[in-house]
Amino acid sequence: MTFAFPKVLVASAVIALGIGTQAMATECIAPANPGGGWDFTCRQVGKILYDLKLVDQPVQVTNMAGGGGGLAFNYVVNERNTDPDLIVAASSATTTRLAQKAYGDARADQVRFVGAIGADPGVIVVAADSPYQTLTDLVEAIKADPGSVAFAGGSAAGGFDHMKPLQILKAAGFTDITKVKYIGVDGGADAITQTVGGFTQAMTGDMSEVVGFLKSGDIRVLAVLSEERVPGFEDIPTAREQGYDVVAVNWRGFYVPGGITDEQFNTWADRLRAVADSDEWKKAMADNGLAPFTKVGPDFQNWVNDVIAQTEELSREIGVIQ
Amino acid sequence: MDILSNLALGFSVALSPWTLFLAVIGCFLGTIIGALPGLGPSNGVAILIPITFSLGLDATAALVLLTSVYYGAMYGGRISSILLNIPGDEPAMMTTLDGYPMARAGRAGEALVISGVASFVGAFLATVALALVAPYLARIAYRFGPAEYFALYALAFATLGGMTSNNQAKAALASFIGLALALIGLDNNSGFTRFTGGNLHLADGIDFLVAIVGLFAVSEVFFFIESHGRESALGVRLGKLVIPWGEIWSTRWTMLRSSVVGFIAGVLPGAGASLGSFMTYMMEKGIAGEKGGFGTGVAKGVAAPEAGNNAAAGGALVPMLTLGVPGSGTTAVLLAVLMTLNITPGPTLFADRPEVVWGLIAALLIANFVLLLMNVPMVRIFVRVLTVPPAILLPGVTMISFVGIYSLSGSYFDLLLMVGFGVMGYVFRKMDIPTVPVILGILLGYQMENNLRHAMTLSGGDWTYLFSSPIAIGLWVAAILGFVAPMFLRRFLRRPSVAEADRIVD
Repeated sequence: MTFAFPKVLVASAVIALGIGTQAMATECIAPANPGGGWDFTCRQVGKILYDLKLVDQPVQVTNMAGGGGGLAFNYVVNERNTDPDLIVAASSATTTRLAQKAYGDARADQVRFVGAIGADPGVIVVAADSPYQTLTDLVEAIKADPGSVAFAGGSAAGGFDHMKPLQILKAAGFTDITKVKYIGVDGGADAITQTVGGFTQAMTGDMSEVVGFLKSGDIRVLAVLSEERVPGFEDIPTAREQGYDVVAVNWRGFYVPGGITDEQFNTWADRLRAVADSDEWKKAMADNGLAPFTKVGPDFQNWVNDVIAQTEELSREIGVIQ
Repeated sequence: MDILSNLALGFSVALSPWTLFLAVIGCFLGTIIGALPGLGPSNGVAILIPITFSLGLDATAALVLLTSVYYGAMYGGRISSILLNIPGDEPAMMTTLDGYPMARAGRAGEALVISGVASFVGAFLATVALALVAPYLARIAYRFGPAEYFALYALAFATLGGMTSNNQAKAALASFIGLALALIGLDNNSGFTRFTGGNLHLADGIDFLVAIVGLFAVSEVFFFIESHGRESALGVRLGKLVIPWGEIWSTRWTMLRSSVVGFIAGVLPGAGASLGSFMTYMMEKGIAGEKGGFGTGVAKGVAAPEAGNNAAAGGALVPMLTLGVPGSGTTAVLLAVLMTLNITPGPTLFADRPEVVWGLIAALLIANFVLLLMNVPMVRIFVRVLTVPPAILLPGVTMISFVGIYSLSGSYFDLLLMVGFGVMGYVFRKMDIPTVPVILGILLGYQMENNLRHAMTLSGGDWTYLFSSPIAIGLWVAAILGFVAPMFLRRFLRRPSVAEADRIVD
């Protein structure tokens, strides 16, 4: 009976690895432990790639956690630079960290950003009993007294959640952004708890993080930071409509090794577009609170370059980088 | 009654032969995973995630399997704490303090039975509490801001001095080393990494499992090598397994108190099972006083932390289910599983998906009874794994430790770090410095610092903010009492205590 454990483990390992153990199979690296956003991206997209016959063998998912994605990034640059059968899950966190030199000496141009196929739109949220009814109320209060509003978010100071209110305030002409109070807690739900509890006055996060609290009536969403209103949440205005030209979405996508040919790069871009257009992916997005956001190929690379430049500038202003 | 009909719904979901089978498998695997050093509930659940997906289990079945593993690991952790003096996982750390002395005194069987029953009491009461008050209790989390959390952690450290009765200075030294180690990694408040020497492997900080396995298991290997196995702590034999009814009955209030305190510690996000077992042990030690003989191998010393940490495991499910805020490492993994299964925990979960929530609660109740059976009458099966001769067991433990740690991050660097902690543990034990406070420092240091700095950010640097709410003030008063009271009490209690303690040990 005591031997049941190893047997079960071996058996399950075989089941788990049974998909795609052959050497030439396409590989997707999720630079985090199983269960997170990057892992989800790899597993869902990997499955759809095979279902749509865009790759001839099941995609093998490798989890490589460490350094907030930095370990995987350095590994790809140093060991797999010309591998055409490799994609790596990425998101806004990847570009934010690259912009802030959080991956050691790594630079964004060492890999090629090949496509985003969905996004979790940013939101600015207050407690249901908050005096702030619109984004303008909140912005004006900060302009009058920057100390009167503290934001809570799920990322570290200087992270993506921190950047969202700063971008809005800059768009509103408020330049003294180092005065804005921000605390980085463990995840979006924790940030909401602090805000509903009255310890902070506003929460900055992703749409998917706030849906449950929105339904229960604990919070009010002042603005969603997407280009258009989000399907299913048509009553939430965008920041743009309220006069603040800010789009901040947590995109889900991939980069590929920097040393592959343009032809190989474009092949991946086409495959990702096909995934983005598939019904299976549309269902996966709806289930996980993602909004449509498709940018692939050179288009996406240019957009990423702009985002990184912008993040770098903001990070320098708030002192996260020199 | 509302709750009864809900519970009936839950049992109708959970009581199919298939889910029962999964519960038994989960409990069995969980207990073994918990008992093996280095493999704790969080990586036990993480290891099984791919299995649940590849088996194509539906949401309820997957939850039943994974929570059985979770509860099983919480039960199992005590086995190696008691028999090997190596905690099977971090919440079982406190169980070594009295469990191992009991085993050395030839009372391993009693220690296992008492702690097994305590685990059951803690987990059972916590599950009942989860069913009864979860939606209301979640509101507690709204009352805890940075100041309250900081005071809570301060309370934990203030009572630490009383843990090792022989030398408080060494306990303080050890906890400061732990706190210092917790500073390594990304600083959440500035976005900079600290003390990493540019090494990306350190950017996420030091995983406390690496520290715990190194300090306890690897250092044990060094002792074994030094003494050629003669003086090793390993190889404790399990005597005749008798159920000590009298002793169990004598710990009834300890179990009840510890279940309540453990559950509350579990409900508070960020505190978790380790803090639960720590606080309950310290509380019971305080109540028993010096004459209680805590640390020498007494029944209450194993009952308190086991009831506490199992109750905390149930408590940690409250904020996870009702707010989506994980209260511990394991619930963070479970949360990820729920999201992948397309269940979004949050304030509306109880209303939106009653079959999932009540199925889970029913499954937990079932798992508890299965675990009680496995861990009391059938405990020999698990003990046999650990009571092979040291010359065989130790290489096995070492191997499992390495595999367990490697499975966390897939990085050789953590293995080197673990060996480094092993050397540190060896030196500390030679110098009679306790290693438990080091772990506690690493475990709580990150949260403690973050909350202090959040408090300072929110108040604009005003220190009085830390004392600005009734909850915070209450916790501070408890912390000061916990720190000061032992100094005075010890003076009065010293003389009778020694005699009493000796009598109990004999």
